[in-house]
Amino acid sequence: MIIIDKIAGIYSLKSNRNKLVPWVVIVLLALVLLANDAHQNTIEAAQQVAEAIEDQAAAARTHVPAPKLTAADYPTVAGVNGRLVVWVVAQLHLWFAAFVLAVPIFVFIIEAIGMRTRDKRYDDMAYEFIKVSITAYSLTAILGGLLLFSLILFYPHLFTYLSTIFSETMLYYALLFFAESAVLYLYYYGWNWLQGGFRKWVHLTLGLMLNAVGTTLMLLANAWLTFMMSPAGVDPAGVFSGDSWAAIHNFLWNPINIHRFVANIAYGGSIVGAYAAFKFLTARNQQEKAHYDWMGYNANFIAICALLPLPFAGYYLAAEIYAYSQQMGITLMGGIFAWLFIIQAVLIGTLFLSANYYLWCGMGRSDGAKRYTKYIKYIAIVLVGSFLVWFTPHTLVLTNSELKSLGGPHHSILGPLGIMPAKNTAVNIMIIFTFLSFLFYRRSNKIATVSWEKTGNICQVALFSSGIANILFLGIYHGYFTNTVYKVAASIPQVVTTLVVIVGSLVLDSFIYRKSRDVGPLHWGRIPERAQYALFLLAVAFTWLMGLMGYIRSGIRQHWHVVDIMRDASAQAFTPTLGYAANVVSVAALLFLAMVIFVFWIAQVSSSKTLPAGYWKE
Amino acid sequence: MKIPRLLQAVVVIAGVYFGFLIVFDYLLGAVIPKSLLTMYMFFVAAGVFMVFTYDEEKTRELVAPVKALVEDPAKRGARNLVFTLIPLLIGYSVYSQLQPGFEAPVELRTIHPAPPSTAKIYGKRVNLLSLENPFRKVEKEDPEKFAALVSDGAAVYIKNCQYCHGDKLDGKGPYAEGLNPTPLNFQDIGTIAQLQESYLFWRITTGGPGLPKEAAPWISSMPVWQNFLSEEEIWKVILFLYDYTGHRPRSWEH
Repeated sequence: MIIIDKIAGIYSLKSNRNKLVPWVVIVLLALVLLANDAHQNTIEAAQQVAEAIEDQAAAARTHVPAPKLTAADYPTVAGVNGRLVVWVVAQLHLWFAAFVLAVPIFVFIIEAIGMRTRDKRYDDMAYEFIKVSITAYSLTAILGGLLLFSLILFYPHLFTYLSTIFSETMLYYALLFFAESAVLYLYYYGWNWLQGGFRKWVHLTLGLMLNAVGTTLMLLANAWLTFMMSPAGVDPAGVFSGDSWAAIHNFLWNPINIHRFVANIAYGGSIVGAYAAFKFLTARNQQEKAHYDWMGYNANFIAICALLPLPFAGYYLAAEIYAYSQQMGITLMGGIFAWLFIIQAVLIGTLFLSANYYLWCGMGRSDGAKRYTKYIKYIAIVLVGSFLVWFTPHTLVLTNSELKSLGGPHHSILGPLGIMPAKNTAVNIMIIFTFLSFLFYRRSNKIATVSWEKTGNICQVALFSSGIANILFLGIYHGYFTNTVYKVAASIPQVVTTLVVIVGSLVLDSFIYRKSRDVGPLHWGRIPERAQYALFLLAVAFTWLMGLMGYIRSGIRQHWHVVDIMRDASAQAFTPTLGYAANVVSVAALLFLAMVIFVFWIAQVSSSKTLPAGYWKE
Repeated sequence: MKIPRLLQAVVVIAGVYFGFLIVFDYLLGAVIPKSLLTMYMFFVAAGVFMVFTYDEEKTRELVAPVKALVEDPAKRGARNLVFTLIPLLIGYSVYSQLQPGFEAPVELRTIHPAPPSTAKIYGKRVNLLSLENPFRKVEKEDPEKFAALVSDGAAVYIKNCQYCHGDKLDGKGPYAEGLNPTPLNFQDIGTIAQLQESYLFWRITTGGPGLPKEAAPWISSMPVWQNFLSEEEIWKVILFLYDYTGHRPRSWEH
């Protein structure tokens, strides 16, 4: 039966191809005629013929339903596990892509700051960041090519089906990739050439173009993967309507776009932070240490800035997944992947803790920090307390004696902490206190000179207290005493409250510290070495987190290539155990980190010069 | 007398640990699961480590006793004792964990398994993604009629469901003690309040045997109610479950 199906499949493919070939030839002939014939009527007639042929060819192309595959439709290549190869390669590609898309975003901002302040240190730092991303860019392209080959080799029918729907976007993707490379090389190699006056503006414009092209590339690739999760522009049999925009603009496209855009910046910041930490630890003198300490601080600042809104973007994505499909939503957070979400919660908490720890350690750079360090223990208590709530699971792992003692799996105290309102409340408070750490760091080397400093501080305390009270009220009242519509909706005023506290406090603080005096010079480089390991931890936790969450996002499709439309009939269609998945992601993360260390090393090698005595003719 | 910082750190961690045990196990009467306590304590210890080490001088003070124990020739006796006791303690801990016990192994059961997109119920293929309670619209259109429907649902519940799920819908019916897994507590904010009505319909109609693969072990004793109740009766019971508990079914718009 399988053989018959296979033959039938091949025949249907071949017959479609046979139908298309003459039309393509005629279209080409028509085009040649168009080019050579000067007579207007002939051109119009030929155009009409060509259009008619094109319409027919398009119709033939678009009316192919998604193939119904069997295990025999998946080629076995040298006994290699196809899913594993595609999984690991896709993940490696994604890590590098996230990094190389993010770096130009903040390089552009840092370059602009340098232009505005005329502080060359910013320009040098921006250049060093982009230098690191250049090698990573080549690796991204290599891994992208490898992913393409892997898909064609191991999942040919899936690739064919997707390429019939996204043929146009794939073409634009390839063209944009060339544009991205061209602009990137101009931007990087022209850095020293395009300095000063109008030239610098040209260079900054190149940076903007680089970001525009890079972001468009990401949006296109996002359309392909979200189509597989929430297909649009096709009928239930998978027949494409021909409306490419409908397929691109599917239900989950924008939630993924927003989440990835923000997460990429945080991730890019963490990786260059790790680079700065690496350089700090290998620095040969105090000057180098000071430079890379400053670089690490800026990278951590970028990572934190993007990390703060990230939980909201993630929550929005998860809520939209749930809204699109109850099945996918429950699989994601209440079903089989729920325990990976606990690991996710632990890793996100680790990110917050290490980012805070780095800030606290960094207070040692200022002689005036002692005024604020006494508050650190209280910040730590709130952070750890919120973190414990953040990762308390909904389904508790109970021994039989615990089950008996509780009278069932329901825990009257911990149970309510396992659902989203508690998590949202906890993460908002974690964000506010992380911001408080930053505020103290910012104040540590300043002395306010305004007469109303005390009143300003009282206002700050009132702003934080009322914000926290509002977050708690929204979380507890709407989370537990109203229905789910309000429960989910309450997360928005919670986020708004957090943002109001952050922005309001920053504005207030900037007025309090207007015309402030410095306690003394900041001692860049005066930071414990273990703070650098906090930066490493940030990069490692981010990498692992992205791998696990990426697997979950893809895994919630379960046995579908394209949900409810194209079934995965391969021998590897099953959802692997959590342990296996975590192992694959961990090995991939180690591979990636090894490659990143190579990138760091090569960036170092490229700037070192050795002069072998007597080797060259004098 | 100033307490050494290392001792301070140990006291804080131990204090939090015993604090959890006292508050949960004795004061609140709801034991804290060992697995969760281990996770909690790992991050409490990490937090304590962070607070005790962000400052260079204070870190030196913290590690000074450890450094002295390792390096100070005068502390030879204490060093030998500690370096003997630590491996022994680790060995004992490993032995205790690996030693086979009589208690049944812990089962991690998914309480809310993901539903399929379609299911065969009452002999027809039902799309669970778009399925809605046919009586829900009556709630606004005709409150009196809706109250009657809820009352019908209550009667069905009392006749069929309360033996396990309890007359207060708290999962403590007369038979509940004899079941493992225990019947679901609908009053709990983490159960029906999180779910759409179509999910409840699927779980009630197909019962334990209709659980998907991921919901292993498939030992739920929930009957396949589509064999005993009509479709309308089940929708009415669902109305009653939400009405009695005061929860609202998960929905996306008003």
